[in-house]
Amino acid sequence: MNRELFERQYGSAWAAFERMLEHLEGQSSGIKTGLKLDGFPELYREICHHLALARARRYGVELEERLNRLALRGHQQLYLAPSPITRSGLAEFFASTFPRALRRELRLFWLAAGLLYLPALLSLVLVHAQPELAYSFLGPEEAASFEHMYSPEGQKERASKLDVYMFGYYIYNNISVSFRTFASGLICGLGAIFFLVYNGLMFGAAAGHVGNFGHSEAFFSFVVAHGAFELTAIVISGLAGLRLGLALLSPGQRSRARALYEEARVALPLIYGVIAMLLVAAFLEAFWSSNSGLPTPLRLGAGALCWGLVIAYFSLAGRSRGS
Amino acid sequence: MLDTYRTVETPEGVELGLRMAGPPVRLLAYGTDVAIRTVLLWALAIPLATLGEVGLGLLLILFFLGEWFYPVFFEVLVKGATPGKRLMGIAVLSVDGTPVSWTASVMRNLLRFADFLPVGYGFGLITMFLTRDFRRLGDLVAGTVVVYTREEQGPRNLPAAAPAPPPVALGREEQRAVVEFAQRLPSWSSERADELASLAAPLVGARGDLAVVRLVALANWLVGRRE
Repeated sequence: MNRELFERQYGSAWAAFERMLEHLEGQSSGIKTGLKLDGFPELYREICHHLALARARRYGVELEERLNRLALRGHQQLYLAPSPITRSGLAEFFASTFPRALRRELRLFWLAAGLLYLPALLSLVLVHAQPELAYSFLGPEEAASFEHMYSPEGQKERASKLDVYMFGYYIYNNISVSFRTFASGLICGLGAIFFLVYNGLMFGAAAGHVGNFGHSEAFFSFVVAHGAFELTAIVISGLAGLRLGLALLSPGQRSRARALYEEARVALPLIYGVIAMLLVAAFLEAFWSSNSGLPTPLRLGAGALCWGLVIAYFSLAGRSRGS
Repeated sequence: MLDTYRTVETPEGVELGLRMAGPPVRLLAYGTDVAIRTVLLWALAIPLATLGEVGLGLLLILFFLGEWFYPVFFEVLVKGATPGKRLMGIAVLSVDGTPVSWTASVMRNLLRFADFLPVGYGFGLITMFLTRDFRRLGDLVAGTVVVYTREEQGPRNLPAAAPAPPPVALGREEQRAVVEFAQRLPSWSSERADELASLAAPLVGARGDLAVVRLVALANWLVGRRE
């Protein structure tokens, strides 16, 4: 069979296939043509067969390109990825996938936690012992704004601010920071380590500095509740970043590209979980923590409850019965 | 051969051809997207600003979504291409040629930050030049490639000549080389064309001008012209 015969014999099938493709591709933009799609997969396989024939028989570049384009478009319609977000999927994610993913990475979790909390402790102690050291960690304006924020006047001012604005700000800022921590972990883990240590140092310095002015109570009753979610989320995004970095540093028996590809799939559920935790943290920080009018014991109690919840969730959720 | 043409094998046992998009066109697409996103956000910012602090709070959330999820939204829902990519005629696909999934798209766009380091997409560019298919770090992690979706310039751009069959059966790569030679002919000086055509002397049995003429005749045959 020569090329002309081949085209004449199957041209109508190709045209029919192209009409189906246009219909399917139009569906995502809402165009309805009422075309029947019976036999699409069979027709697709036939096109693949024709493509292979055209190549083997060397019918020419143009025909090959044309069939290749048809087959590629068909391939993409046939192998569309299903949407991952279903209600039961979401429930299962929070009931077991997320906490299990964290428990599998417990050693890295403690490493990341150490990288956040030890520098925090260090700068807290340093600033407490040597108050002027606060200015080595925080800029003068930053230090002044912390002093003001936790003073009685600052607390009143904050309470009068609209909470929706702060909610938006916490989402914008905190979730972006956790994404950056994760992504920059790819650079051999260095980025994740940097963000953890940096945030730890700043947090400790701020706490120490505010403490030197005698506002410790205001500071800790402010951060304790949402901190349970926010600090833990930052640790988890650090751990996810370290996972990526480790894939690059010690890929084992895989190529580095393959290791990255696989480890990222281990890390991604953690990042989805982090987004949820930071949303909770932003909500608490904007709508609960800023209520400085509430009695301190109540606020500390609520904070303890939050920490208890987070710890219980990660240690208990998603364990199968009897194990 | 130094080429941006790659094939992926499908479960049906055929190879599909993809043409990889390189850094310049992707940079243009990125720039276009940044412009579109900025205009969109500012267009939303003006009415929201009248709502006072509530509006600013909402605006910050929109900025957050725009920064991280604008590409994800378009890549997954609109045929693998953000508006900028679509304008440039490129799209994101999985390495196996299937449409990009949510997981892959989220991954490649989160890791954009790592590609951006240390400055101006430094790591991203280095990785693109080190990998075969111009994949930045995010693409490696997500298992994606960026390909051209525009149709290749067809044989219409071939200089017309009386077609002549090749003296021996040519392989696929050889056919492509001959046809692309003829397609690109108008953009070369005649000296350069002669020089390149002389490389095909064993095939056409001539050098210089005559080789060019014979190659064009061959190319016309290969794209299917018979008269």
